[in-house]
Amino acid sequence: MSNTITLTYTISGDDFTRAGEASSDVKKKLKQMGAKPEVVRKVAISMYEGEINMVIHAHGGEITVHISSQEVIIILNDEGPGIVDVELAMQAGYSTAPDNVRALGFGAGMGLPNMKKYSDDMKIDTILGEGTTVTLKIFM
Amino acid sequence: MTKQEFIRRCNFTVINEGNNLNTEVKTPFCCDLLSIAMSKIPAGSAWVTVMGNINTLAVATLTEAACVILAEGITLDAAALSKAKSEAITILATDLSIFEAAYEVYQIIHASVDL
Repeated sequence: MSNTITLTYTISGDDFTRAGEASSDVKKKLKQMGAKPEVVRKVAISMYEGEINMVIHAHGGEITVHISSQEVIIILNDEGPGIVDVELAMQAGYSTAPDNVRALGFGAGMGLPNMKKYSDDMKIDTILGEGTTVTLKIFM
Repeated sequence: MTKQEFIRRCNFTVINEGNNLNTEVKTPFCCDLLSIAMSKIPAGSAWVTVMGNINTLAVATLTEAACVILAEGITLDAAALSKAKSEAITILATDLSIFEAAYEVYQIIHASVDL
């Protein structure tokens, strides 16, 4: 794995039937590359939470994943409403998810906290009315 | 205990047998909130839940749960059943409560250890 591999995914908004496909694909590729199981798990969990957030809150978006021998960088970019209060959104249990989303088993307010917990570095750039970019880094 | 052996011994209905039947079933796990399940499920779990939708299957796959056990008579919706078949995910079902189903899983796993 001397070179960097870049993967891109388009995430459909409000389509819960396809949510998780991008994360599953990255997980499969990492396993094929022989990444350590704990790395695969961290990537799968943090990316899936990001993917779900895009579906729930941002009408979809784009995910770019860079895989090198040192790290996996996941860039989740959406043109959604932005995050009003990032600090509040980072609190476990805080959620703005609507009832129909909660009925599916989401909206526990664990999305961003899980992304932080399972990545080695996380950066949130958000502009209200324009969108959000979350960058996750997981070391190999 | 392998998943194949687990399926043979349990009294749950097999909705979809799935693959990786030589995977080890290690522990029962109970949770219905997917984000919490996502971060907590140990690999190789028999995940007992009442959430029978397609997102449950995505979480089960990503966390490498051994199988999903739908409790309380819950069934998979059509989209989820189709996904379970195409992804070969093991789905079992029971009318038992979540606790009773998880306890049965525990007993089956530990009975095999005692033998």
